[in-house]
Amino acid sequence: MKARVFVTLKPGVLDPQGKAIHHALEGLGFGGVQDVRAGKLIELELADVTSEEAIAEMCRKLLANTVIENFRIEQVESAG
Amino acid sequence: MNSAVVVFPGSNCDRDLATAIRLVTGKAPAMVWHRDTELPADTGLIAIPGGFSYGDYLRSGAMAARSPIMTAVAEAAGRGVPVLGICNGFQVLTEAGLLPGALMRNAGLHFVCRTVGLKVENSQSLFTAAYRSGEEIAVPVAHHDGNYQADPDTLDRLEGEGRVAFRYTGEVNGSARNIAGILNAQGNVLGMMPHPERVVEDAHGGTDGRRLFEGLLEAVAA
Repeated sequence: MKARVFVTLKPGVLDPQGKAIHHALEGLGFGGVQDVRAGKLIELELADVTSEEAIAEMCRKLLANTVIENFRIEQVESAG
Repeated sequence: MNSAVVVFPGSNCDRDLATAIRLVTGKAPAMVWHRDTELPADTGLIAIPGGFSYGDYLRSGAMAARSPIMTAVAEAAGRGVPVLGICNGFQVLTEAGLLPGALMRNAGLHFVCRTVGLKVENSQSLFTAAYRSGEEIAVPVAHHDGNYQADPDTLDRLEGEGRVAFRYTGEVNGSARNIAGILNAQGNVLGMMPHPERVVEDAHGGTDGRRLFEGLLEAVAA
């Protein structure tokens, strides 16, 4: 099975990279962008028996820094 | 005093730090590899150097904080052994949960590499006993992720408990309340972004960092 982990900055945490992307988009002439937040996508290839709780533990222990980041897990069924 | 410098793949201030410690203590520190699981017996100071451990992969300090040696470092810190984390070492200590908060990308997005002014906020700690409270010193910084952030309650607690060791005298990287270095609750763990080991000899252009090591040596010996 496959899981995708989305790691994003908590609301209210300043995101300098998102800000820079926002400015660059404006510089390219794209109007109407109100805010940009940058995060990470981590794809995990996992044994089928891996529980959601085990993945959450991976997030808490390493993949996300829960002082500043939130995580969201999306499990993807593998084909065949 | 017996000391140890922890070396991760990608550490690059480990030898500068070892040189500064040897200069002040008269004894070369043990260089302890990240895969080691024990520190030498009677280690009286653990120093975690600057650099780009594990290429800053995932987050600065994240991989290093989970490497085998850090279990021994946390255990020693719990026993009261002084632990000094500089730059990437500070990032490692926050990632390891030995210090609160996190070090994020500099607010201006630029790598900042220059000598900055620091105010000694607390001269009562193991690490700052040779400075005067309120004294201003000049110490270089060289980092991309030095923007210290924590929730307001944590910041209030750090300030209220005298755990802000150093503050920038001007804007450097966006750090909350200009915090440059903090102590843990027990006062035996210090993390700081500036590099005191780079200002210990006249040839460095300044010696304001030297007293950190001298004060520490005296405090540990006392």
